[in-house]
Amino acid sequence: MQPAQLLAIRHIDKRFGGLTALADVSLTINRKEIYGLIGPNGAGKTTLFNVLTGLYVPDGGQFEFDGASLVGLKPYRVAASGIARTFQNIRLFGNMTAMENVMVGRHVRTRAGAIGAILRTRRTRDEEAAIRSRSRELLAYVGIGLHAGMLSRNLSYGDQRRLEIARALATEPKLLALDEPAAGMNATETTELRRLLEKIRGDGVTILLIEHDVKLVMGLCDRVAVLDYGRKIAEGEPAQVQKDPEVIRAYLGGALP
Amino acid sequence: MDGWSKRLEQLRSHRAAPCLGIALIVVTLIILPFALASVGTAWVRITNLAILFALLSLGLNIVVGFAGLLDLGYIAFYAVGAYCYALLASPHFGLHLPFWIILPIGAAVACVFGVLLGAPTLKLRGDYLAIVTLGFGEIVRIFLNNLSQPINITNGPQGVTLIDPFRIGKIDFSRTDNLLGLAFSGPIKYYYLLLIVLVACIVINLRLQNSRLGRAWVAIREDEVAAQAMGINTRNVKLLAFAMGASFGGVAGGIFAATQGFISPESFVFVESIMVLSMVVLGGMGNVWGVVLGAILLSFVPEILRYTVEPVQKAVFGRLLIEPEVIRMLLFGLALVFMMLYRPAGLWPSKRRKREFSEMDNS
Repeated sequence: MQPAQLLAIRHIDKRFGGLTALADVSLTINRKEIYGLIGPNGAGKTTLFNVLTGLYVPDGGQFEFDGASLVGLKPYRVAASGIARTFQNIRLFGNMTAMENVMVGRHVRTRAGAIGAILRTRRTRDEEAAIRSRSRELLAYVGIGLHAGMLSRNLSYGDQRRLEIARALATEPKLLALDEPAAGMNATETTELRRLLEKIRGDGVTILLIEHDVKLVMGLCDRVAVLDYGRKIAEGEPAQVQKDPEVIRAYLGGALP
Repeated sequence: MDGWSKRLEQLRSHRAAPCLGIALIVVTLIILPFALASVGTAWVRITNLAILFALLSLGLNIVVGFAGLLDLGYIAFYAVGAYCYALLASPHFGLHLPFWIILPIGAAVACVFGVLLGAPTLKLRGDYLAIVTLGFGEIVRIFLNNLSQPINITNGPQGVTLIDPFRIGKIDFSRTDNLLGLAFSGPIKYYYLLLIVLVACIVINLRLQNSRLGRAWVAIREDEVAAQAMGINTRNVKLLAFAMGASFGGVAGGIFAATQGFISPESFVFVESIMVLSMVVLGGMGNVWGVVLGAILLSFVPEILRYTVEPVQKAVFGRLLIEPEVIRMLLFGLALVFMMLYRPAGLWPSKRRKREFSEMDNS
């Protein structure tokens, strides 16, 4: 049996000059869990993502992911170790097709180098074919199989979000970190997204979710942590966190007179 | 008119059309040097130089077109390749290695220089990278100019003379051979050799473009942060672009040294870097065929102007008003300005680049 715990974040600190973006944040995420990270704007959610995925180096603290330390690893190493992410402001490769975007995601799990490409060896051709078929599968999986040949920047907003998820899944992650995947989506799209995330979890991928849509978070997540001014002020099951006076204060700004 | 276009359409859609087209191009390319030689051997030499520039442009296309790294000192790799050949196959050191040993060495040395340039500039982008590469190009040239003391390596500004031509068995690329009643002069032999190298380079470029590596380069150009987050080791992939681009330059440089028989630092000045970059940009960054077209056009147009500007002036004004050399560069510059105004994505842009430019118009 694998240990239940997939990711342990311990005492992470991150400062930008005089601003403390994260202060002593600790949380653990279990396998096959959908874990929500909520908090008011500027609470440090995205900063935590960036620290986790190697874009920022933390000023203190530890990450343990699947039994190995992640601190100080370059982003591409983090991706190789099994964490894939999406971005709050969608960062697709706009002038590549949807298909090509997902194919880039396969990069980290494939090996063909320059020599193989130039000589077009057997192995390279086989690998390329495998990349294509897997990418096609993933596009169908997230529900945009019909748009494979479209430029990603011409896709609708909701489809771009889906494509980002497909691209992240192409890296075969153990943990999928989604930064506000429902932002800007209408009710129908959000419902579809919710179904997709449940399907992904059902296939054995753990999900870490930053989200503003409280209804989505409360309905979908197994556990939730709340950040405010870089500190974790609550953690637990959604229903329980929702009633926490500290959380209500953070969202509504203190008790009413 | 209507009948014509219909028949053309029929011809195009015919199954054998692509084969026929390729056959026509091959035959034309084979006959070309003899046709040019009948006008003057100078034109064969000009064609050879055009192919050399096409090789350089293909190399720079990997760096600038695929990976999006602006390099203003690319000619340095050409210089490295040329000096490698010159020093290993001339009386200067008394070494006379065969070309098929030196060309790979030249490519490898240029490759090392590519990494030397790439490694410290990994974090730089756009204009900052351009400045550093510009400096790199100048440093290499100044070294070549001054490495005659204390030990004479490059022979300084005098350059290296009496460089060996290519030899395959008994075939010497500097002499004329008669075969089947045809006179194969030196330039014509080099032409065929260059053609083979060019085809190889085009194939390499195309294959790289449609590979895992090619996609990684485009991804880095589009969004470096997202590329990293998707597991692309941007450092290695960028270095690989620099190294591969540089080795193309190294091979071209080696052939250049052999065709000329003499090289000096003067052949590798900054303007040459700009020239190669212009070929890539004007032809269509990122598109292999566009880049080759750009190189051939920019090599030929100045030469054609050289031979036409004087007679035209004499016919129109009765005397020479402006020196051919002056007006040539003037027209050339004007052509570049107009190109960039009216076809900013290049003559034959890659589909992707075209989209990028239309994106800029929209925003």
